[in-house]
Amino acid sequence: MVGTMCLAQRPTMTVPIEQLSATGLVKDFGGLRAVDVDAFALHAGEIRAVIGPNGAGKTTFVGLLCGRFPPTAGRIRFEGRDITGMPAHERVGLGIAYTFQITSIFGNLSLYDNVALPAQRRAMLDGGGDVRARAMAALKRVGLADRATEIASAQSYGHQRLLEVAMGLALGPKVLILDEPTQGLADSEIAAFIDLVREVARETTILLIEHNMPVVMALAERITVLDRGRILAEGTPEAIRADAAVQAAYLGG
Amino acid sequence: MTRSILLHGLVLAALVALEPVLSEYHHGNLARIMVLAVYAVGYNMLFGYTGLLSLGHAMFFAAGMYGCALLVRLAEWGVGPAFAAGVVCALAAGVVVGFLALRTIGVGFMIVTLMFAEAAHLGILYYNDYTRGDEGFTIPQAIRTVAGLDLSDTTTRYFAALALFAAALIASAAVVQSRTGRVLVAIRENEDRVRMLGFDPFRYKLFALVFSATMAGAAGAAYAVLFGYAGASFAEVQYSILPLLWVLLGGPGTTLGPLLGTVLMFYLIDYASGTIMPGLAALVEAQTGIAAPGLASAWLLMVGLALVLLVLFAPRGLLGVVRARMVPWLP
Repeated sequence: MVGTMCLAQRPTMTVPIEQLSATGLVKDFGGLRAVDVDAFALHAGEIRAVIGPNGAGKTTFVGLLCGRFPPTAGRIRFEGRDITGMPAHERVGLGIAYTFQITSIFGNLSLYDNVALPAQRRAMLDGGGDVRARAMAALKRVGLADRATEIASAQSYGHQRLLEVAMGLALGPKVLILDEPTQGLADSEIAAFIDLVREVARETTILLIEHNMPVVMALAERITVLDRGRILAEGTPEAIRADAAVQAAYLGG
Repeated sequence: MTRSILLHGLVLAALVALEPVLSEYHHGNLARIMVLAVYAVGYNMLFGYTGLLSLGHAMFFAAGMYGCALLVRLAEWGVGPAFAAGVVCALAAGVVVGFLALRTIGVGFMIVTLMFAEAAHLGILYYNDYTRGDEGFTIPQAIRTVAGLDLSDTTTRYFAALALFAAALIASAAVVQSRTGRVLVAIRENEDRVRMLGFDPFRYKLFALVFSATMAGAAGAAYAVLFGYAGASFAEVQYSILPLLWVLLGGPGTTLGPLLGTVLMFYLIDYASGTIMPGLAALVEAQTGIAAPGLASAWLLMVGLALVLLVLFAPRGLLGVVRARMVPWLP
C-alpha cells in the first residue's frame, strides 16, 4: 500500500526529465501526411500547449501519443519505456489520460457513474482503493460534486466539458492531455477553468491543445506550434509570440 | 439495491404462486416460456447491456441442446451430467466464436455471427446419422430423471424450469449491478471513451458474449431434458431472431424485460398461429376463392411485423418505457 501511495503522489521534479517523447513520428492517411514530427519531448511537471491552425494535425498528433491511432513510422517513449506498440487502454494504465475534443461523456448515466468508471479503473490498477471517494473527489475538484446524481446529458455544455476533465482526473494520471477543453465555454467559465488547470498541474504534467490564445498565454510554460503536421516552432510564450514564422503561419502578424 | 432485490423476489414468488392455479395448457406453456426466458436473459446481457447485436445465438442454444441430448442418446449419459456438459459446450462455443467475431463491429458482427450459426445448422444436418437432422430425436421419458425426480412430471418440470430461470435472473442482475456491468453499459454507450478510460473493451465484450452463450446453452440443454426433444429447427435462423424480439419487446437493458417479452411474444405467436393467420387464410379464400393454406401457418409473418413495429415505434421496449417515464431505479 505504501508503494502505491508513492506512485500516486510523485515528488515534484525540479530537473526537466523527458517524460513523454516521440522521435520520427509519422502518420499518413492515404496519401496525406497528417503528422511528421522529428522530435518532441514533454517534460515532467510542465504545462505544454500545442497550437496551430485548423487541420495542422494537433488532435492526430496527441492521438498517436495516447494510442488512439497507430503511427505509420516512429517511436514513442514514456518514462524511458518504448510504448509505440502498446494499446491505448494500457497507456492509460501507465498514466497517460486523454480528454476528448468532442465531449465524449456517457450521456445516459449520472455524473457519479461517469467518474466512477475511471475511478474504478484506477482502483483496479492500484489493487484496491475507495472508488466512491475517488470519484467524488474528482467531481469536487471541478465543482460538480453537488450534482453527482444528475444525468450527464441534462447538464449545460460547460458542465459537460468539466465532467470530461473530471473523468480524466479520476484516473489519477501522470500526464493529462486536454484536447481543446475551453471550446464553447463562456468567459466566466474559462477563468475558472484556468485556475483548475493550474491546480491540477501541481501534480500532473499537462499537454493542452488550445485555440484560445489568452488561455494558452495564461497557462503554458512552453508552446509547440504545429503547421501541416510539422513542428514549426517551440519555446516560451514570449519567444513564440515574437517568432516571425509563427506570426506568418498562424497569428496573422 | 434493496428495492431491486425485493422486485426480483416478488416476480419469482409470483411464478411459484402461479404453479397450482394454472390450467394444464398454460402450465405447460409457462414452463416452456421460463426455459426460453433463460435464453432471452442471456441474449439481453450481450444485446441490451453491451450493445452487441448477434444474429447467431441459435448456435449456442443448439450447442447446449445437442451437447446434452447427444450424450444421452449416443453415450447413455444421465441427464444431469449431460445437462452440465451441454452448458460447457455452449460456453466453449462462446469463447471460440467470441475470439473471432469480436474482431468485427456493427453489421460485420451481425454477419459473422449469422454465418457461424448457419455453419452450425448445416453441420447438424450434415451429421444426420447422429443428429437425425430436421426430424430430430426424443429422449425417452424413462431416463429423464435427476436425483430421483421425474423431470417429465409437469409439476417437477415447472419447478425445474423456474429454478433455472431464477438462477439466470439472479446471475444477470448481479452482473449488471456490479462494476463489470457498469463497464458493459459504458461500452454500449461509447466504446472509444471506455478504451480511453483504461479498460480493454475486448475483454468485457468477450465476457458478455460468453455469459450470453452459456445462458443460451443452459436453456437449450434444459429444453432437451425437460421436453425430451432435440431437433435441427432449434438451430435455424428464426431461433436467433426470436431472442432479439423477446428482448426488444420486454425492454433491452432491463433485467426483467426478457421474461416479459418472452411471455408476451409466446402468446402473440400462439394466438397468431391458432387464430389470426387461419382466420386470415379463410377470409382470403372466401373473398377471392383462392385457397391459401400457406398463410394459415405463416406465423413468422407476425414475428416480422412485430419486429418492424418495435424497432420503429418502441426501441426501448415495454420496461424501457416504464423506466424512462415512471420507475427510474428499475434495474
